[in-house]
Amino acid sequence: MNIAQYTKAASLEEAWELNQNRSAVVLGGCCWLRLSPQRRIAQAIDLSALGLDQIEEGEDSFRLGAMVTLGQLEGHDGLAAFTQGAMKEAVRHIVGTQFRNMATVGGSISGRFGFSDIWTLFLALDAQVELYKGGIVSLADFGQTGPGKDIVTHIIIPKKACQTAYDSLRLNETDFPVIAVAVSADAENVRCAIGARPARAEVVRLPAADVRRQGLEGAAKQIAHSMTYESNMRGSADYRQDMAVVLCRRLLANVLGGDQ
Amino acid sequence: MEYKAINHVVAKKDSQALVTGQPVYTDDLRPKDCLIVKALRSPHARAIVKKVNKSAAEKVPGIVCIVTAEDVPQSRFTIAGQTYPELSPYDRLILDKQIRFVGDPVALVAGTNEDAVDKALRVLRVEYEVQEPLLDFTKALDNDIVVHPEDNWKPLVDVGGDNKRNLVAQACDEHGDVDAVLASSDVVIDRTYHTRQNQQGAMETFRAYAYKDAFGRLTIVSSTQVPFHVRRVVANALEIPKSKIRVIKPRIGGGFGSKQTVVMEVYPAYIAWLTGKPAYMIYSREESMTVSTPRHESQIRVVLGASKDGHIRGIFLDSLWNAGAYGEHTPTTVTLSGHKSIPLYNAAEAFRFSYTCVYTNTIAAGAYRGYGATQGLFALETAVNELAAALHMSPVALRLKNMVRQGQVLPAYFNETALSCTLDKCLERVVQMSGWKDDCPRQVLSNGHIRAIGIATAMQGSSISNVDVASVTIKVNDDGFYSLNIGATDMGTGCDTILAQIAAECLMCPVDNVVTYGVDTDTSPYDSGSYASSTTYLTGNAVVKTCQSLIQRMKERAAVKLGAANVDDLEFDGKAITDLSTGKKITLKDLGNDAMFMNDIALEATESCYSPTSPPPYMAGAATVDVDPETGHISLVQYDAVVDCGTVINPALAKVQTEGGIVQAIGMALTENIQYTPSGRLQNNSFMQYRMPTRMDLGQINVEFEPSYEPNGPFGAKSIGELVIDSPAPAIAHAIYNATGIWLRDLPMTAEKLYKAMQL
Amino acid sequence: MTITYWLNGKKATADVAPGLMLYDFLRSQGCYSVKCGCETTNCGLCTVWVDDVPMLSCALLAVRIDGRHVTTLEGLQDEAKEFAFYMGREGADQCGFCNPGFVMNVLAMVRKLDAPTEEEIKEFLSGNLCRCTGYMSHMRAIKAYFKAKGKEVRA
Repeated sequence: MNIAQYTKAASLEEAWELNQNRSAVVLGGCCWLRLSPQRRIAQAIDLSALGLDQIEEGEDSFRLGAMVTLGQLEGHDGLAAFTQGAMKEAVRHIVGTQFRNMATVGGSISGRFGFSDIWTLFLALDAQVELYKGGIVSLADFGQTGPGKDIVTHIIIPKKACQTAYDSLRLNETDFPVIAVAVSADAENVRCAIGARPARAEVVRLPAADVRRQGLEGAAKQIAHSMTYESNMRGSADYRQDMAVVLCRRLLANVLGGDQ
Repeated sequence: MEYKAINHVVAKKDSQALVTGQPVYTDDLRPKDCLIVKALRSPHARAIVKKVNKSAAEKVPGIVCIVTAEDVPQSRFTIAGQTYPELSPYDRLILDKQIRFVGDPVALVAGTNEDAVDKALRVLRVEYEVQEPLLDFTKALDNDIVVHPEDNWKPLVDVGGDNKRNLVAQACDEHGDVDAVLASSDVVIDRTYHTRQNQQGAMETFRAYAYKDAFGRLTIVSSTQVPFHVRRVVANALEIPKSKIRVIKPRIGGGFGSKQTVVMEVYPAYIAWLTGKPAYMIYSREESMTVSTPRHESQIRVVLGASKDGHIRGIFLDSLWNAGAYGEHTPTTVTLSGHKSIPLYNAAEAFRFSYTCVYTNTIAAGAYRGYGATQGLFALETAVNELAAALHMSPVALRLKNMVRQGQVLPAYFNETALSCTLDKCLERVVQMSGWKDDCPRQVLSNGHIRAIGIATAMQGSSISNVDVASVTIKVNDDGFYSLNIGATDMGTGCDTILAQIAAECLMCPVDNVVTYGVDTDTSPYDSGSYASSTTYLTGNAVVKTCQSLIQRMKERAAVKLGAANVDDLEFDGKAITDLSTGKKITLKDLGNDAMFMNDIALEATESCYSPTSPPPYMAGAATVDVDPETGHISLVQYDAVVDCGTVINPALAKVQTEGGIVQAIGMALTENIQYTPSGRLQNNSFMQYRMPTRMDLGQINVEFEPSYEPNGPFGAKSIGELVIDSPAPAIAHAIYNATGIWLRDLPMTAEKLYKAMQL
Repeated sequence: MTITYWLNGKKATADVAPGLMLYDFLRSQGCYSVKCGCETTNCGLCTVWVDDVPMLSCALLAVRIDGRHVTTLEGLQDEAKEFAFYMGREGADQCGFCNPGFVMNVLAMVRKLDAPTEEEIKEFLSGNLCRCTGYMSHMRAIKAYFKAKGKEVRA
């Protein structure tokens, strides 16, 4: 790797200032740094000394530091209980345990990858992104803008009473998803996020009553058909769309109860 | 028969070193001052290199030399690791101005460090005349685009090739009047199957280093299955005498046939020869996946004719074979698609096997475990299962009615006699293991998934009959321990241990009393190499023969010591030699030590052997799959396999061979896809994009043996290494059919393909 | 940059370029057990422990081990030899090239999981590819090793 300058930031302010350099890069777990070996990084910024590796469970929310690893998410009892296991399901297919011990939530969110399981689940959970200068923004809005020259410090998952479920289809167990779907429902509303279309996940919100009225199949179609799909090496656009319907319907049944 | 050393589990001699991570591989051993060699590769599938501007690159500090097509020797050679007479065409140069696939090398850059070489590669400027590539192998024959237009294209043996027609090889083999038989058959099915290139995926990528020794000779240390062929190929490429080259094989991190081709040794060897400096080249994973030699893509048509009661009367199998850019292993792999499949149905009255192999501007294919039989058996076994469905007959009963039986002469297998065959028992046993029932191989689970079983059988050979040569040297040392010197290459398969077990059985000693050494072409006895399922069978035979000679020599020396009048009166029992006429004896230990004192009989023997036959090992496999009918998702729940490899020399290693081959084949069947861009660039060029099975993808694999006794093999043994990759793809295709009623005839059988077929 | 770290229990300092990968650094320090199989984080051959957590050294910058403890198989020879008995008995070592990274993860797993199921074991090790064995013999060796360690593997 070609890195000219490496700084372990002593404060967020220092990190932010360094990041104003045009070819500065905030490092996460560095898992895919090597995928672009020709890339030249003038300034690498390491946040690992800033205590951002904690999962704070509060009354109203989980606050995940940007340097929390996917492995920490996978093993966290509070998140497991809150998501009824969906958190682990969304993470356990990602490459392997060693990878998940390195990859960070901040990196996964900042990368805004289309195939991201984390993005898909967090969207359905109405997650928010906390930026050092920019304050708190919704994940959906963050998807449009990205971090820019700001620094993602935390991801916030509001603790609303909800039922959540996650499912994905893959060529094999540790591959990127062909399609990824997360559904989360509280008493009034259902949020359904579909990722790996292969574009980045988007979320649709429907009143739970609408879903019940339409029936699960109808609602799944309405949700899945409201998004666009494309073809890539892992699947065609029409297969993805059909699978989005199937997984959506199954997850709706899972969180709302009732017959598939 | 009660054996002492063979037929027992013995841990591989290197297992402690390997599991504890000792530095025993090529990259661990290389001198640290080697020049680093890398290749600049074409981004175009077909082009002519007009000009390479080296001036900026040569100025990069640390760069020692840059060579291009103008600099290299101009006689063509093949990099296929094959024995004389070489059947693969001589169609390569070290560097060629004509680019034939994405990744073909344009220049070699050598420098004192990797950073310098990378920098030089970035500033090398190449001017290409880009040409339209030929990517579709079904349109290659007599296409206007000629992949090998050169006039010095040279086949050593006429295999029906013609480079101006893009034709590498073409032939037809038949027995009886197959057209008449098919015309008079009650039921005829005619199907076409497509298999893709597959990556061997050895965990250690290709790598080698070369240096000149004190005698001015070139020593090459390489991760190879074929050290003796490396010597020949490098000599041909560099146009230097073979006597100038020595090849050493350390531990190898897997081969599966990929290292039966001399994929890259030529490059560091050439640089070391030119510069006189040690030179090292290591392929990245991307290079290993884009410029090595994967399994040949095939399109195979199978026509079967049968009577209503299930007698398979006629078989016609026609293979179209994609060589890719160069012809390595093409004329040979294709023959196995028929010769290692059709003989399974020996009850047929007539057969015809024809094939055509063509060049295209895709990756040059080569050797991969199964070596063409895998493609042929996917096609033929699926066709037989399709025939069973057409006949409304059990595929098990259909096979039992038609399959090869011990004692039969096999017209489709060079009229060899099947002297050892328990395929019938293998099939019957695998049916029991899998829980297959003819009336209900299908079950709908409470979650809506469908579980179903599929069946297939397979055969392979044991060495290449009347071609392969194996030689072994064994000597007696101080205190009577033996050195076993072999030219066969252990690539993780365990042959260093297996051959020692065979020697220990013959010499009636513990396996630890035999040390194995291999391979150094300067000192090892000649061996064709570890491929073609030859090592246990053929080199094993050479071990037996050598032991017999050695025992005779030991008796001759003992006769001198014991004053015995007649060598025939002496008996060797593993520990001592006794003169039965006098009762006098000399221990092995004393004999070994004594041989170093006033002795004129070398306690050493070397023997070579070849085999006039290639006895097939057999296998039956049953796949249990779980299909989600709403998504098409297929998961492998269980695979049962029963293998006839003759006498099992090392049950643990034979079992692992079987499990490993099955899992590679599961990848081939379900997930390992090859996708080219319209311009001919391979997209599945990493382990991120080429999906080999992980341990999470697999259910249970159960392996059993039904040993026959092969009279031509060492202690009745046959091969196993390749056979075991042949049955899963057709068994899984069959299971999917039993689950869904759909035949997937194009590998890999992905969820999307199944889903879409189910929508029709 | 100057880093201070512990390699297999021994404290050391080194001057490393900021772009140097831990994999390359460890091999330069003589830790030849650490292998590379893919360059895309998919194979697990380069697994080492950083502060006792298994990680991929091919994707970790060497500067990141500053102040941390790195363990390679060179530092776990006694345990590796013990496990090698079970691997050898099953013939599960095969070509051996994936073994060091795999063993590093197995030794981490035996510390972390108490009475795992086979599925949990598969999941824990899914990032360790092997092309020789087909994985079944690994499971047999692991089960025997767990048993020898007084741990149970649930069905």
